[in-house]
Amino acid sequence: MSTIRTEPVTINLGPQHPSTHGVFRLRVTFDGEEIIDVEPVFGYLHRGTEKLAESRNYVQIVTLTDRMDYVASMSNNLAYVRTVEKLADIDVPERAQYIRVISVELQRIASHLMATGFLLNDLGALATPLVYCFRERERILDLFEMLCGARITLSYMRPGGVFQDAPADFWNSLNVLISDFPNYLDELESLITTNEIVLARTIGVGLLSDTQAVDSGVSGPVLRAASVKWDLRKANPYEIYDRVNFDIPIGNSGDTYDRYYVRLQEMRESIKIISQCIEQIEPGPVRTETPFFIRPPVGETYSSVEGPKGELGFYMVSDGGISPYRCKVRAPSFINLTPLKDMLTGWKMGDLIIILGSIDIVLGEVDR
Amino acid sequence: MTPTPAFFISFYTLRDLFDNLIQSLGFGASFGWMAGLLAGISISFLIINVMVMSTAFYTWFERRMIGRFQVRRGPNRNGPFGILQPFADVLKLIMKEDTIPDAADKPVFTLAPIALLAPTLMIMIVIPFGTYASDQAFLSNLNIGILFIVGVTSVNSIAIFMAGWGSRNKYAILGSMRGAAMLISYEIPMALGITSVLLLSGSLAMTQIVQSQSIWFILVMPMGFFVFMAASTAEMSRTPFDQIEAESELGSGYNTEYSGIKFAVLFLAEFMAPIVTAAVVTTLFLGGSQGFDFLPGGIWFAIKMFVLIFLLLWVRSTWPRLRIDQIMGFAWKILFGLGLFNIFLVAVEFMVAVELGHTKDDGSLTTEYMLIMAAVNWMVTIIAFVILANFVGKKKYHRPEPTASPLANMGIGGD
Repeated sequence: MSTIRTEPVTINLGPQHPSTHGVFRLRVTFDGEEIIDVEPVFGYLHRGTEKLAESRNYVQIVTLTDRMDYVASMSNNLAYVRTVEKLADIDVPERAQYIRVISVELQRIASHLMATGFLLNDLGALATPLVYCFRERERILDLFEMLCGARITLSYMRPGGVFQDAPADFWNSLNVLISDFPNYLDELESLITTNEIVLARTIGVGLLSDTQAVDSGVSGPVLRAASVKWDLRKANPYEIYDRVNFDIPIGNSGDTYDRYYVRLQEMRESIKIISQCIEQIEPGPVRTETPFFIRPPVGETYSSVEGPKGELGFYMVSDGGISPYRCKVRAPSFINLTPLKDMLTGWKMGDLIIILGSIDIVLGEVDR
Repeated sequence: MTPTPAFFISFYTLRDLFDNLIQSLGFGASFGWMAGLLAGISISFLIINVMVMSTAFYTWFERRMIGRFQVRRGPNRNGPFGILQPFADVLKLIMKEDTIPDAADKPVFTLAPIALLAPTLMIMIVIPFGTYASDQAFLSNLNIGILFIVGVTSVNSIAIFMAGWGSRNKYAILGSMRGAAMLISYEIPMALGITSVLLLSGSLAMTQIVQSQSIWFILVMPMGFFVFMAASTAEMSRTPFDQIEAESELGSGYNTEYSGIKFAVLFLAEFMAPIVTAAVVTTLFLGGSQGFDFLPGGIWFAIKMFVLIFLLLWVRSTWPRLRIDQIMGFAWKILFGLGLFNIFLVAVEFMVAVELGHTKDDGSLTTEYMLIMAAVNWMVTIIAFVILANFVGKKKYHRPEPTASPLANMGIGGD
């Protein structure tokens, strides 16, 4: 009896697809439902941020960084202004550093909420957990609105500090949020963490071993889920991270469930950091006076922060002028996609979506 | 036997009505066939319109309820509480261009929505909505009613495969391949769930099944109810079994290429499925139109249907989706086994009843014995589920305390 002839089928997953988190394109070759080859295609959201930066002055570039990882603008701002401060040797007042840490930790929570919500959406949960995540994210965005008037593209930070001090009612709202948030997370966990279907879908799926993770240069929750205890906030403390206590949650095996769970625990750690900052912060100036056009001395520097998605770094070269000679971004979303082929091959269509969702890419950052 | 209510409308009363009319108009007995035809047309008109309208309001209800589950409001702009939203949707879909892809297999592509809708409507033929005498029914008292349902629902898989294959779209084909595999697999547990009902009722006729439920079958055999509900949730491909559409994976699955009125018909069929399923489950397991006397049987039927629809909706809005191989595994490894076990259990209990003389004159079981069966079966079901959950499920998954990898701790591994 002759067998039926089968052949692999190649499918364009994206650039327009509900679950590629933007305009990411994957050319996937399936053998039935099983993935045998993956070829990512980038660049559909390329806006030339790095080149644009060469024709803007140092303060203007802050607005460009907002548009890279557009669900975590604060972290982008921080990574950028820290690089400029290092390049031009600008001091930052202590209160500004605290406010910065509070706002980037809030942003980390917001970004992780997005990641968790969309992971569950990718799992097929008909947007219910997503809406719960968004409800909580809204409150964080409200806080950002109090800080700087914007909700998504914040541009709150400046080389030398932050744009303005937090208003008085910000602290009240922040305290309310901090006290509410653990309950929020418990509610979310009761919906997700022990859900039988979530466990069946995510445990052991999309394994990324620690060796593989380190070799591919991934960072952030994806790396920590692969049980590598690496966090720039501890390894190379910047701002005031050396004055607060927090743990670095790590995963066991580097599967999709670990990546989800590490994010969830990181949100709890962020709450811890913020509440310590609220206790420690003292009145004072929030911005060092800088010249209207910052002219850093000739030189080059690299500086990075632990963004929600991983190590977000800026490499900048100054020729002494008002705009950088070169501005290179180490985008964590982009580099976290390096082991994508190894992670996806051999899994099924449904797994592809959740593995991609658990890496948590933002296409504004991947393509820049 | 329950007396026929005064406002009773059925195929038979209508036929008599038309027959009298034809006779009184002076046509001879040779026009007798016309009475049957007219009665059939009018009752089909009634069924189709009632079903389409109730589906329309069901979509509104589902969207409102899911809105509530998702801490938002749901449609509330058109009419009071947004109740006119489905009409707005249908108007929009009708006015849209009805596109057919160039590469599509046009006859198959066009027929697929009809092939999906027709069987769903046809199931309603045999559902006894109200309180009927055993020889009467709303449209037809088929003596093989439940067999008819099993046969007609099987057409679903062909229709979905037609839609996917005819579209000539890779996503649609993936969706319909999944559909073909899944729907055929879940026919079997569904049939097993039905078989256990038939063992107790001793008849394939839906009215007879309702009458034999002196104790509702959901109480007598919860396992059969579970198997049937799970299988029929998969049959209508709703979460957690919505592999055929799988919005986040396949875009829209088998209906990717559909637009306009064809899409509306596909969706009509899809949203009619919960209503029809609820009607079937009500008949098989919830005692059909049985209830207390202060409300007519039809109202009780509707209330039970409503509860079941809400249950399906609740599941849909809460749970994520299973992967395709897990869905197939669930059908063949768990539901199939549970269904067989349930049949075995019911059959043994029935045999014991016959041995001990707990049967009535017509061969059905006495109410007291059914209560004993209910007690035994509930215990067995709970034990079986606990065992399954502990051995097959991952609920007991504990994250062991993670150990930091030695690769890159930068001196922070210790703290």
